[in-house]
Amino acid sequence: MSGNVIRGKVWKFGDNVDTDQIIPARYLNTSDPYELAQHVMEDSEHPSFAKEHKKGDIIVAGRNFGSGSSREHAPIAIKYAGVPVVIAKSFARIFFRNAINMGLPIVESPEAVDKINHGDEVEVDLEGGTIKILRTGEVYKATKFPKELMDILKAGGLMEYARSRLCR
Amino acid sequence: MGMTITEKIIAKHSGKKEVHPGDLVNAKVDLAMANDVTAPLAIKLLEKYGIDKVFDPERIALVLSHFVPAKDIKSAEQAKIVRDFAKKYGIKHFFEEGEGIEHTLLPERGLVVPGDLVVGADSHTCTYGGLGAFSTGVGSTDIAYAMATGEIWLRVPESMKFIFYGSLKPWVSGKDLILYTIGQIGVDGALYRAMEFEGETISSLSIEQRLTIANMAIEAGAKNGIIAPDEKTIEYVKVRTDREFTIYKSDEDAEYVEIYEWDASQIDPLVAKPYLPSNVVSVYELSDVTIDQAFIGSCTNGRLEDLRIAAKILKGKKVHPYVRCIVIPASKDVYIKAMREGLIDIFLEAGCVVSTSTCGPCLGGHMGVLAEGERCISTSNRNFPGRMGHPKSEAYLANPAVVAASAVLGRIAHPEEVVSLEEVTV
Repeated sequence: MSGNVIRGKVWKFGDNVDTDQIIPARYLNTSDPYELAQHVMEDSEHPSFAKEHKKGDIIVAGRNFGSGSSREHAPIAIKYAGVPVVIAKSFARIFFRNAINMGLPIVESPEAVDKINHGDEVEVDLEGGTIKILRTGEVYKATKFPKELMDILKAGGLMEYARSRLCR
Repeated sequence: MGMTITEKIIAKHSGKKEVHPGDLVNAKVDLAMANDVTAPLAIKLLEKYGIDKVFDPERIALVLSHFVPAKDIKSAEQAKIVRDFAKKYGIKHFFEEGEGIEHTLLPERGLVVPGDLVVGADSHTCTYGGLGAFSTGVGSTDIAYAMATGEIWLRVPESMKFIFYGSLKPWVSGKDLILYTIGQIGVDGALYRAMEFEGETISSLSIEQRLTIANMAIEAGAKNGIIAPDEKTIEYVKVRTDREFTIYKSDEDAEYVEIYEWDASQIDPLVAKPYLPSNVVSVYELSDVTIDQAFIGSCTNGRLEDLRIAAKILKGKKVHPYVRCIVIPASKDVYIKAMREGLIDIFLEAGCVVSTSTCGPCLGGHMGVLAEGERCISTSNRNFPGRMGHPKSEAYLANPAVVAASAVLGRIAHPEEVVSLEEVTV
């Protein structure tokens, strides 16, 4: 991940999108990321997401996104479906860890989520921590994460971040 | 300023005198755990990065619990990855299929003691807080890293305190206290935080019920749930392990972001309706809700005490003709004890299905998956859309007595509708 700006079309979801909606347990008998991606968001309010979304589309959700299970299959399915960033009012804590640890960019901004509509186009500046809604031109600030976590995210995840230490 | 029990355990494991909420620390783990769903991802990561050693083969637990005995070829392949890894690295605490669900097994086998810091690639790892340990659910990358280094990054959580006083009504248990709590604060009411439970009601509970309370802390979004150890904890642990342990308790002047105090004597048996564990109402409000399936088991309520309570209700009764009742002891040890006590006979004679230990139906995995439009009342922990099967199926969460009573009447029922208190000693 570099400092560039991500631009994409929004699929909007509500509060408490849990990991069973993101990737139902019936698909957890595999850890193949591309197979998981084929079923991403299948039990959510947009069950057609996996089939109809385009690479680069952005997920925007309400509070407590990714609640429930610790399954890393959830952020994996999202990442390998080509979703470059998830914006939410808040993230459930294990999903938050998993996203950071595997290098899936996540952005928290309750104000922006309130204003973003399904189908909007938004621009996310990860480095600058801002979200711009192209329809209105409004710009919102994202919650700042601690530097240590941003470093892990920038490195592409925990294993990359710790590569020197792990592979000595 | 004083520290909470959670802060003390994290400070100790990160080599610091004190820590404060919001601090990011690197902590040493006493145990790292993963299961047949989460371990394969971690093992693949270790392979990808060419890591060919683990930090300590005696402090890693690998448990085959979710899709075992293998429900299909893919699940068999996943289990095989874990099995082969355990063999190759001499993982001491490797548990084959049928040994049990990790969160029942680890406390039962004395692998967690008070004051420990445990991470597990399963969200219900917070269960061990019932023993006064800090334990939290993490992902597969975290576990790969912990298996390699013995360390984990942690943000020190703010603590919330929940005080319960008063005696419980008949048929009310630890499950109802945690459902009550989640109902009050919501599914993200404790997001990123520690939930500390105390008070005379909590002290009166058995260790098994305390484990049930800590188990569902994650359903309020918490990082961990914790109950300070007491004589009961020490007694429970001492017969299971020789390992030495430290008892931590919160300081009088420790800081809490919120403190709740509730009268437990006013709490009825509760049920969480679909599709959130916070959607909690009294069992009396749901007596017209019919069910297709009743499930007694899971890491939340599949322990011996839970089966004993269910058996009290089901003894000499029959499961309603339109209902399937599935009973799954949460570990082999629970299964054996239940068998010797005659509980399994009671379940089978009542018309229940009894299966070898697995997480199975709790996550819609196998051994009792729901069809479209079907409704299940379950002693497990989640009632999200599609959690137990078809996206349009429904799960209601309750304690084992309520689930057993509902199985008999074919609708959600209070236990007193099936047995009178004179018939059984609760």
